[in-house]
Amino acid sequence: MFYRETGQFKTTYADDMAIFPIRQDRIGLALILAFAFLVVPFVTSDFTLKTIMLPFLALSVAVIGLNILTGYTGLISLGSAGFMGVGAYACYKLTTIFPEVNIIIWIFVSGFFAAAVGVFFGLPSLRIKGLYLAVATLAAQFFLQWAFVRIPWLFNYNPSGAIEVPLRTLFGVPITGPTASLEVKYLICLCFVVGMTWLASNLVHGRIGRSWMAVRDMDIAAELMGIKLLNAKLMAFAVSSFYCGVSGALFVFLYLGGAEAGTEFAIRLSFLILFAVIIGGAGSMIGSFLGAGFIVALPTILKFGLPAIGIAITGATAEKIVLMIIGALTIYLLIVEPHGLARLWQIMKQKLRVWPFPY
Amino acid sequence: MMFKKLALGASVAASVLMAGFAAKAQDAINFVHNTYRTGAFSGSGIPVGDGVRDYFAMLNARDGGIGGVRINFEECETAYDTRRSVECYEQGKAKNSVLYVPWSTGATLAAIPRAHIDKIPIFSMGYGLSASAVGDVFPWVFNMPITYWDGANAFIQHVAQQEGGFDKLKGKTIGLLHLDAPFGKEPIPILETLAKQHGFNLKLYPVAPAEMQNQSSVWLSIRRDRTDWVYNQGWGAMNPTAVREAARGGFPVNRLVGVWWAGGDDDARPAGDAAKGYRALNWHQTGANFPVIQDIIKHVVDKGQSLSPKEKVGENLYNRGVYQGILIAEAIRNAQAITGKKVITGEDMRRGLEALNMTEARWAANGAAGFASPVRVTCSDHNSQSAVYVMEWDGKAWKRQSADIQPQKEMVRPLLEEAAKAFATSNAGWPARTEPCQNNS
Repeated sequence: MFYRETGQFKTTYADDMAIFPIRQDRIGLALILAFAFLVVPFVTSDFTLKTIMLPFLALSVAVIGLNILTGYTGLISLGSAGFMGVGAYACYKLTTIFPEVNIIIWIFVSGFFAAAVGVFFGLPSLRIKGLYLAVATLAAQFFLQWAFVRIPWLFNYNPSGAIEVPLRTLFGVPITGPTASLEVKYLICLCFVVGMTWLASNLVHGRIGRSWMAVRDMDIAAELMGIKLLNAKLMAFAVSSFYCGVSGALFVFLYLGGAEAGTEFAIRLSFLILFAVIIGGAGSMIGSFLGAGFIVALPTILKFGLPAIGIAITGATAEKIVLMIIGALTIYLLIVEPHGLARLWQIMKQKLRVWPFPY
Repeated sequence: MMFKKLALGASVAASVLMAGFAAKAQDAINFVHNTYRTGAFSGSGIPVGDGVRDYFAMLNARDGGIGGVRINFEECETAYDTRRSVECYEQGKAKNSVLYVPWSTGATLAAIPRAHIDKIPIFSMGYGLSASAVGDVFPWVFNMPITYWDGANAFIQHVAQQEGGFDKLKGKTIGLLHLDAPFGKEPIPILETLAKQHGFNLKLYPVAPAEMQNQSSVWLSIRRDRTDWVYNQGWGAMNPTAVREAARGGFPVNRLVGVWWAGGDDDARPAGDAAKGYRALNWHQTGANFPVIQDIIKHVVDKGQSLSPKEKVGENLYNRGVYQGILIAEAIRNAQAITGKKVITGEDMRRGLEALNMTEARWAANGAAGFASPVRVTCSDHNSQSAVYVMEWDGKAWKRQSADIQPQKEMVRPLLEEAAKAFATSNAGWPARTEPCQNNS
């Protein structure tokens, strides 16, 4: 009834190629953005901002990154956490060597370091596929984790082996470090997420994205059609790692605020990101957000939300239930709905379009 | 986006409700305590968590809390994961917890910069950032009773005692078997300094976290190097494996000495008879023969309110939880005495911790005479660098093997101060201490 495109005519090519061709979608997106920018930081509690919103935003960038690689190009990677670590350490080194440059620039630039590392570890993808590529990227994960612990230059010879986030400001307002307010961190994170999502969405809808999808669907056919596999695959690795790198920098600098990163960027996180892609929906932007939101919010809601509404559940039980739910849902979706939550969202939209008279 | 909104709504509702609960419980001292009953390290997290939980349950049952105020003790599960720990920190903040006990080094590091802003003191007992022992730089962080650097120092003293003097160390090969992570590498600088000083060879045997349960190659090198003593800075599944591998390779287990986190009963037990003689450092006694443990059994365990099986009560890591409980309870008592308030805040708790002076008489008053060596915190010394002793596994339980070993403060303290200074400079804008010093002479 409300969600109907009747009367919306496409009169130009630009209209026809729009990512959101339906007006209601555009309004909905604007509303969500307005809500995220103007309402969320002022009404949510510190607890929610810190434990749900910040990790959700930081991780969603990495999930978009892996989605570009796995969902759009069909290359599986288990090294996402390692690439996130590269971003975090690069950002730390850059900001300690050049403290006068604004941290926001460094967070963005650190993505390029991750991209370079990603391209290097993406080279085997030209020869190997599927499971074997997963193993090769697993090697990247372990090598990078090893490097974070073993190369003291990376953490400035800090005896605790950790990277600590220094105080950095923008126009005099602290944006990283302990004195930065959560609202500021949230808004900066949100700006990154919106910007990078816009970028990714344009990439996947353009020539590059189409070549990725051609490679995903059948790489020999894609090659015959004139797509250079080398360029397309390495580009996917570069872009994906770039996103992971920025995500890692956001994760440490805006969310954790200093951590023992060698353990933070462990294989566990790589798997979580992969599960987020599978649960959210491979090859879908909105799926990346759904997946990241699910992975981040589910444990917190089970652990703190249920006791608050009177369902007694201990933290340990909640942790175990989370593992079971994520595991079961991953398997279920892989079998029943390979396009994840994003597909459910699509089905819902489809139903809504003809509601209330489906016939 | 729908799910996100839903999640948001649910958590908003949750936090509102939580705030309501916190407001209702005004006549109690809130204390949210991190535990890790799940995850890769739950083997040590469960007994420690049980010890702390049972101790406060006992105080509430026996004395009605501390100073007439109930302790609203609550556990927060971290699974030894930094992200979960951040959640628990926020949870503690929302519930007005008087203290944050991270129980993981990563979580400690993430919380340290926030402590003076949120006014919640941090107590990382024998782990965390060694440099936080310097109270002048870290007024809000406490890491009694000993640092890893003191531990390595005490280990070398123990070796010297066993070999017959420091001069006998010359030419010996001493190995550090360590987890290849910041925690495992902590003792390296101290051991290097001592190696230079006493002329022994230091060999490093890193074990990658993924290889914790597969150490055969490491122990091959230990045999090849003819290492005389091995110090095990290990954690979790790494410890029982080390003991088993040592025994299998014919390395005398009584020359394998673990750090205090490598001294769980379940670290030694799986290796069976072969573990007889395995040693570990410790700073408190094991066993249930203390009035305080008996009280816990009487008021909590026998009433079926403990999560711990009865035979585990009094084991090493359980007692470590009790030890931590006693220190915290004493600090709360101090804070009540200093401020004259019954329900204290985080700021009061900080003063209470800084006034902590666990003399032998105070240990006895807490029903734990002879349980542990004295701990004295001052404004500049937040660690006290207390004595440790070496215990030995006899196949069934830990037995005291050595007398108390006092770490060489004059050697370790300057290094701690140097590290603290380095932390303050690398974290530009680290605030100078403004908290007044409580006179506790």
